[in-house]
Amino acid sequence: MALSKEQIAQRIAQELQDKWYVNLGIGIPTLVANYIPKNIDVDFQSENGLLGMGPFPIEGEEDADLINAGKQTVTILKGGSLFDSALSFAMIRGQHVQLTVLGAMEVSQNGDIANWKIPGKMVKGMGGAMDLVASAENIIVAMMHTNKAGESKILKSCSLPLTGVNCVKKVVTNLAVLEIKNNAFYLMERAPGVSVEEIKAATEGTLIVEGEIPEMKF
Amino acid sequence: MINKVVKNAQDALLGVEDGMTFMLGGFGLCGIPENCISELVRLGVKNLTCISNNAGVDDFGLGLLLKKHQIKKMVSSYVGENDEFERQMLSGELDVELIPQGTLAERCRATGAGIPAFYTPAGYGTEVAEGKETREFNGKMYVLELAFNPQFAFVKAWKGDTAGNLIFKGTARNFNPMMAMAGKITVVEVEELVEAGELNPNQIHTPGIFVQRIFQGSNYEKRIEQLTVTPKS
Repeated sequence: MALSKEQIAQRIAQELQDKWYVNLGIGIPTLVANYIPKNIDVDFQSENGLLGMGPFPIEGEEDADLINAGKQTVTILKGGSLFDSALSFAMIRGQHVQLTVLGAMEVSQNGDIANWKIPGKMVKGMGGAMDLVASAENIIVAMMHTNKAGESKILKSCSLPLTGVNCVKKVVTNLAVLEIKNNAFYLMERAPGVSVEEIKAATEGTLIVEGEIPEMKF
Repeated sequence: MINKVVKNAQDALLGVEDGMTFMLGGFGLCGIPENCISELVRLGVKNLTCISNNAGVDDFGLGLLLKKHQIKKMVSSYVGENDEFERQMLSGELDVELIPQGTLAERCRATGAGIPAFYTPAGYGTEVAEGKETREFNGKMYVLELAFNPQFAFVKAWKGDTAGNLIFKGTARNFNPMMAMAGKITVVEVEELVEAGELNPNQIHTPGIFVQRIFQGSNYEKRIEQLTVTPKS
């Protein structure tokens, strides 16, 4: 069975390491916060100026002056801090944030990512995505392996306008965990019940399969 | 102490004219200068270039200026919450320059800090870098980005004193401190204006030197764009 969006988030959460500062993008990445392993401490950075981001406020306690990068009302945890946008992106570009998780429309085998613009459609803007992908040491992309028409989004080269080049090292899709190196996608894990052949068929880019590929564990 | 106080938004916006370039603080609808925007609508100034992370929603924030066709060009990082914006952009009425958010923040900071340009990795290899100077440092490629040159910056702070010292609240800080540094004339509206000496100098976010005019704002709506809550159990 292909993974649900929640399961993709759950699998990405296994990548979190103790004492990491993490920036989560909008969509599936946001769900990662629900599955932090019990034995580790991570802090979430929101690029609009908040470290130590907590869950949504209890009904009635929302504060218009406390939102996340998706403009949703949030809370700040004990020990959290607030800062301006220049300082926030200093944290990001200066590699003080250890992990960025974000969504994508396309990823290519040289680590390029496209996630901000579809020519001919309304362009909303890149927000902080270009700063994040240009700087993060670790970028994990959370995405569906194929589009609604069944076409692969795991490509030899991206067809959409790029957000960043040579930056993605790991991709978690509804079908597989992939690592990007040597200009190829290396298949690391399969979604439970999904065969290597199914993943091959859904991958347009070069897919390297070395030995037995284990199923993801939850 | 030099007194920066003006009576109201009307006095604060003296000198604002058609065709000017403005910076406006805020992230989404959080920390936007509501009173200054209302006054810009009332003045009816046109052909404006507005540098602001977002462009408001249809009936609030910069959306109010868009509705009256006062904006010629928007310089933003994300503009997706506004139907009128989309209509004007697609019809060619409105010019839009999209900039990575961190680059936008740093360009504002550079403007006020006497830095004409800087290198950033953001956007290298993408259409954002087209036509711009690039350079390699320590094996990595960077893009040269320039400071802005706004005539006015409109800033919203939580508390301010008569000397123009500012304290922001929560994530309403966002772009406001850098824009305060950047304006030739920086106009600040505050929720609470106090006498010089009443704010703790250790806790000032923006020193008054950057502020030319400050006034007590009124009728803050502080609209929430995406209300997300955990139900009471």
